[in-house]
Amino acid sequence: MKSFVRIASGQGFWGDLLTAPKAQVLGGPIDYLVMDYLAEVTMSIMQKQKKKDPKLGYAKDLIPLLKELLPACVERNIRIITNGGGVNPLECSNAVAETARSLRINGLKIGVITGDNILDRIDALGEAGHELKNMETGESLSSVRDRLQSANTYFGAWPIVEALKQGAQVVVTGRTTDTGLTLAPMIHEFEWKADDWNRLAAGTVAGHILECGGQASGGNFSADWKSVRDLAHIGFPIAEAYPDGQIIITKHESLGGMVSLQTVKEQLLYEIGNPREYITPDCIADFTTIRLKQDGADRVRLAEVKGRPATELYKVSMAYADGFTAFGTLTYSWPEALEKARAADEILRIRLKDLGLQFEEIHTEFLGFNSSHGPLSRPVKDPNEVVMRIGVRSRDLAAVERFGKELAPLILTGPPSVTGFAGGRPRPSEVISYWPALIRKEAVKPEVTVRTS
Amino acid sequence: MKIQLLQICHGRSGDKGDTANVGIIARKEEFYPIIEKYLTAERVREYFAGMVRGRVERFELPNLWALNFLLHNALGGGGTKSLKNDAQGKTLAAALLRMEIEVPDGVNI
Repeated sequence: MKSFVRIASGQGFWGDLLTAPKAQVLGGPIDYLVMDYLAEVTMSIMQKQKKKDPKLGYAKDLIPLLKELLPACVERNIRIITNGGGVNPLECSNAVAETARSLRINGLKIGVITGDNILDRIDALGEAGHELKNMETGESLSSVRDRLQSANTYFGAWPIVEALKQGAQVVVTGRTTDTGLTLAPMIHEFEWKADDWNRLAAGTVAGHILECGGQASGGNFSADWKSVRDLAHIGFPIAEAYPDGQIIITKHESLGGMVSLQTVKEQLLYEIGNPREYITPDCIADFTTIRLKQDGADRVRLAEVKGRPATELYKVSMAYADGFTAFGTLTYSWPEALEKARAADEILRIRLKDLGLQFEEIHTEFLGFNSSHGPLSRPVKDPNEVVMRIGVRSRDLAAVERFGKELAPLILTGPPSVTGFAGGRPRPSEVISYWPALIRKEAVKPEVTVRTS
Repeated sequence: MKIQLLQICHGRSGDKGDTANVGIIARKEEFYPIIEKYLTAERVREYFAGMVRGRVERFELPNLWALNFLLHNALGGGGTKSLKNDAQGKTLAAALLRMEIEVPDGVNI
C-alpha cells in the first residue's frame, strides 16, 4: 500500500481553465487527475447533442486534452478519472481509445461507467412504483413528463473503485457526483471499507474542496484576494490523502495561487445546505466535525471528519423544457445616465404591452448600479454610464422573438447618448428547468466495463 | 460601536436551484461569538427583504468559525429560468458583508 496518494483537480466545470490539467500533470508529483465536467444544465445540452448525432453527448473538450496529456500520464503512471462521459460514456470511451491509438499507446485500459441514464426507463420505473416526485415541491412527475430532456442518477465512488481495481488507467463516467471522483482513488488505494463512514466522509470533504478547481486555491477568494500570488498561473488544488483518513489540501509549489485556512473554508462553505448532513451516494458527511490546521506553506490538514451511513436512495437529476428567455442590453452615458436607462425601460415595457405580448416575467437591471445587489444597492450620484439589461421569459416563443425586435428601435426612438448594440437582436434561448428526485438504490445498477485500447 | 461585517468576516455564496447559500466566516476566532449572536436568521431575512421572497435558514459551523445561510426563493427562479444577471447568487455574500453591525466597544479589529 502506498503511504499516501496525491489526487489533483484538473477541471471544476465544463468551460474551466484549459491549461490547468497539463499544469497539474507536469507541475509536480501526482497519482490521479480528476476532472469534473458536469453541471445540471450540461446533461440536457449533451442529451440534445446526442439526439442529433448518436456519437456525441459527452465533453468533447476532453479528447484534445487527452491527446496532449495521455503520453505523460501513461509514462508517469497517473490515472485519469472524469465524469466527462456525460450522457454518452460509451462513445466517449471510443474516442479515448481512438486517441490512444493515434498516439501509438497500446493496451491503454479504459474504464466506462454506465447505467446512470434512466431517460428511456422512466415509464417502466413509474409502473414499478418509482414515482420520481419532485423532492423539493412534492409535485407529480406527470406534470412535466412529456417535456423531459434528460434523467440521470448520481452514482458515487464505488463504480469507479471497481474500474480502478480492474486496472483502468482512464475512467470515464456519466453522472457521477463530483465528490465521488476524488473519493474513489482513496478507497481503491487504501482499501477503505463500504461502512468506514468516517474515512469515506473525509474523502468526500476533500472531494467537495477539489470539485470547483481553483476556487479552493486562491480563485474567487473574498478574504484577501490581493494577497494571492500569480493568479495567472494558478495551481489547482491537490488532495494528499493518507490511509488513516487524514488529508492535506495543497497545490504544486511551482504554480501560483494559495492554499490557506481561509481559501479552504470559503470552498467548504460553497453551495452547501445543512452542514451536518452533506448527503452523497457514499456516505453522509458532517461538516461541523472538520478540523482544519495549517501544516506549512500552502498546506491545510483536514482531520477528525465524522460520517454517517449512506441512505438507501440515489438522487436523480432530471431536466425539462420550460419556455424561453431573451436578454438585451443598451448603454446610456452621462449626463443623467440612470434616468435615461430607466426611461428606456419604461418605454420598452409600454411598447411590449401595446403589442399584447404575454410574458411570465420581465426583469430589468441597471449594470453599474443594481444588478448585483438589487434593492440593497446604495444610491449613485451622476454615474458616467449605466447599462440597461432587460430580460423576458415566456412559454410563447413568438413573444420572446418579438421582444428581440423591440430593443434596437430604442436607439433612435428613445433617450439620447445610447450605444452598445453591437451584438444584434437578442435571440431566444430555451429554459431548462430541473426536477430533482430520489430513487431507491436497487432500481438503478451501475455497470462497469474495462476495455483495452 | 458600529462596524461593517466585512471588517471581521469573509464569505462565499452560490446556488442550488432557486435557493442561494451564503457562507459567512469570521476572520478571527474571537469574532465568531459576535456573528453567532448578532447575525440571526431573522436579521438576515430583514436585511434581504425585497430580494429574498422565501424563508431564511441558518446553520452554525463553530469549527470553521462560520455560519451558513440558506435564502429560499432568492434567485428569480434559479438556473436558466432566472432573468437576473447574478442568477447564481455569486455576489450575495458581498451584499451581506456590507451590513453594518453593532459590536461591543473595544473589539480589536
